[in-house]
Amino acid sequence: MILNYSQPLEFSNLSTWLDTTLRNNMSDSLALSIEFILVGVLLLAAYAVIALVLIYVERKITAFFQARFGPNRVGQYGLLQSLADMIKILLKEIILINKVDKFLFYAAPFFMVGASMLTFGAIAFGKGLQAVDFNIGVLYVTAVSSLGIIGVLLAGWSSNNKYSMIGAMRSGAQFVSYELSAGFALMTMVVLSGTMQFSEIINQQTYCWNIFNGHISSIIAFFIYLISGHAETNRGPFDLPEAESELTAGYHTEYSGLQFGFFYLAEYLNMFIIASIATAVFLGGWMPIQIKGWDAFNQIMNYIPSYVWFFSKTGVLIFFSLWVRWSFPRLRIDQLLNLEWKYLLPINLVNLLVMVILVLTGLTLTDLFPSWF
Amino acid sequence: MENIKKLVLNTVSDAVIEEKQILTVTVEPKKLHLLAKTLKDNAELSFDFLVKLIGTDWGEKLGVTYLLSSSSDLSKEIVLKTGTEDRENPLLYSVTDLYETAHFNEREVYALLGIRFINNPDMRKFFLNSDWVGYPLRKDYDANPELNPVSLVSKEMIDVAPRIMETKDGFKEELVDIFDNDDYVINIGPQHPSTHGVMHFRTSLDGEIVKKIDVHSGYIHRGIEKLSESLTYPQILHFTDRLDYLSANINRHALCMCVEKAAEIEVPERAQYIRTIMDELNRIDSHLLAWACQTNDLGATTAFIYGMREREIILHIFEKTCGGRLIINQNVIGGVMFDIYDEFQKDVKSFIPYMREKLVEYDRFFSHNVIALGRMINIGNLTKEDAISYAVTGPAGRGSGWSCDIRKHQPYALYDKVQFKEIIRYENDSYARYLNRLDEIEESLKIIEQLIDNIPAGEICAKTKAIIKLPVGEYFQRVEACRGEFGVYIESRGDKTPYRLKFRSPSMALVSAMPLICKGEKISDFIGIGGSMDYVIPDIDR
Repeated sequence: MILNYSQPLEFSNLSTWLDTTLRNNMSDSLALSIEFILVGVLLLAAYAVIALVLIYVERKITAFFQARFGPNRVGQYGLLQSLADMIKILLKEIILINKVDKFLFYAAPFFMVGASMLTFGAIAFGKGLQAVDFNIGVLYVTAVSSLGIIGVLLAGWSSNNKYSMIGAMRSGAQFVSYELSAGFALMTMVVLSGTMQFSEIINQQTYCWNIFNGHISSIIAFFIYLISGHAETNRGPFDLPEAESELTAGYHTEYSGLQFGFFYLAEYLNMFIIASIATAVFLGGWMPIQIKGWDAFNQIMNYIPSYVWFFSKTGVLIFFSLWVRWSFPRLRIDQLLNLEWKYLLPINLVNLLVMVILVLTGLTLTDLFPSWF
Repeated sequence: MENIKKLVLNTVSDAVIEEKQILTVTVEPKKLHLLAKTLKDNAELSFDFLVKLIGTDWGEKLGVTYLLSSSSDLSKEIVLKTGTEDRENPLLYSVTDLYETAHFNEREVYALLGIRFINNPDMRKFFLNSDWVGYPLRKDYDANPELNPVSLVSKEMIDVAPRIMETKDGFKEELVDIFDNDDYVINIGPQHPSTHGVMHFRTSLDGEIVKKIDVHSGYIHRGIEKLSESLTYPQILHFTDRLDYLSANINRHALCMCVEKAAEIEVPERAQYIRTIMDELNRIDSHLLAWACQTNDLGATTAFIYGMREREIILHIFEKTCGGRLIINQNVIGGVMFDIYDEFQKDVKSFIPYMREKLVEYDRFFSHNVIALGRMINIGNLTKEDAISYAVTGPAGRGSGWSCDIRKHQPYALYDKVQFKEIIRYENDSYARYLNRLDEIEESLKIIEQLIDNIPAGEICAKTKAIIKLPVGEYFQRVEACRGEFGVYIESRGDKTPYRLKFRSPSMALVSAMPLICKGEKISDFIGIGGSMDYVIPDIDR
């Protein structure tokens, strides 16, 4: 393969070393269980840390868009602000509300967090840095990420609040609609790659990212995925479920303290997850930029560890998402559904067909110029 | 106006016509509706705009004063008066079928004076709870706090309205339900981020669609009109700033002019210049905030902050002039309190090109955004007829194609000396109101440009007596505030305090039109339309 250059900073070096050391000193099953626990703890830690970093980054970037300073009091450049916020939210009282459906009310945030955590496991952060790598990875991601909507619906229903109810119903309509588009966009790319396994999809993109490989069709699918992914995360301009100007806070109006924190956390993480899946499927995931035949260049690019590549690509997509969020006003529910059912879905269906034709007739870039890629 | 006099006498032969500041006609309660209808239907000059509806306790009589004007020429005015001697159960005839704006105003008169109006479809008290003891604006009102203790008990909202209808066999008192039994009613307000204050809309929904809106107001009613009756004129001035706090300076200007006109005080030329420039800066400030809030209501937070950024410069100029930012205490009777500072002209002149540049930025950033257009075009349609009937003035009225700028129709201060366009649009929708505000900022800049270099030297305030007493009479003053026509009415009996003082609130008219224009729209557009109407709550809850 092409990646046999020296990669001193790669995470796989560390994990291989750890694995060998453990296996040399204890039985295989014990070593495995220790590794499982480590992976679990690391994922949970990463989940929290990424959310905190994202919150800080979003606040700073938004401040830049809005001619403000953003957080600048806690720590240098306000770096510790989200940490302080986290501690505050952990210590806050969880207000008990009369007349709510207690079980569902308290269960709802866990659905949200659970769904995004399950999805989180399937993300390939770098070479060898992936917890779950099914051969049906794409399907898995689509399936578990849609569990989150149950949390939103439960929250809205159990709060016994009319605003929450409207917010949850909107959210249901929105999620079901846009899940379709997101799924179809991913399917289009599955047709191109011929596999549903994330590691395989990424490996195929060594010299030619999928977004270029399937040219017209890929680019359309990319934008559709970004739009519908954005809508799935309930962020502006698609933030109707929590539209603060009409529904105060939508489905999480009645939540406080850590429970609200869960919704908040899941929202940021979902943004990250959508961006990272788009990165994996369209932009070559953690793969560095490689050009066939330019060995010296490839060597330099490879020297940059794969997780840096992953986070920078994801970061660019997140920046786009923030840019859109802070530039556009909010859509109305009928406009939102029109956009999905009258435009995105038909385009998507045709696009899927076009992709099939491209692949079958050998019109993808790799087929057309095999010597280049 | 001779023709009008003839018309009045032909319609009601025993009408008493007096030539005061405005032609005043006093009639019996039974004849008032007929007279109003005749004046409204008068083809030659139709008095179809009810500017003010003022309830007064004249001692021997409880009565109502109507200031009517013509929508085609706002400088034509006539005052109708009627009253009843029955203090126990005072009844007058409603004019709600002629002027929709009378609806809320009559409910206000009922709350504050206890006069009930026959044929008004909804005779609940406006501003006050239905169980409030006493009628505050009556001269024999007992203000003892024990009569109306602060209630700590949560009360259910009762959506039932009493009314008195005239039928063939006498008056019929009845109760009507506001909502259907199975309506899904949500409370938008009093604590809600987008009602722009402590406003309460009981809204019944059909899915996402607004079926009916019931307006509740008065959560911050302070009884300013009642308070004013025991204060001298200079003391009342500061109340005007607390009405529509975003056009504080203009409101105050109105009261000052009303007193100056009555007391025949000549305002120095320099003060006129300062007042006009400050008024226009105030208008830009208010329109910027309105623009910002409307974009925020549509979900665009960034645009909101851009509006605030430009507004800050004006507030800074205010602060340097007189220390205040929002409420600037600049106008006093006879002129202005503070002279402009040395760099004032320089600051204002550098602001003008800056603001123009930013208007282009707003235009590029928001005015043509596809989502924004979808949320504004053809949403919240208010026809010209409705605008006149609901007395919706200001940028909102002009968005419905009604030329209603008092600065053009009844110029005051220096508005007859400057060139500016009255911005009128005919689309009737939210977008017309939105664009009107941005264009009016440009017109205000033009006005300031024409005045800023020519401020004459001289006094800034005329010498006035220590205690100002107004001669007996009724005095009206109308000005163009940021949200529409603001009006002051003073009834003086020769004392140093007014006998009755009434402010016309432009925001009340805007809110009264909300149930009409939001019906059938989506709930998110209801908020957007509210933003385009741009009402300020303390202006309603005087």
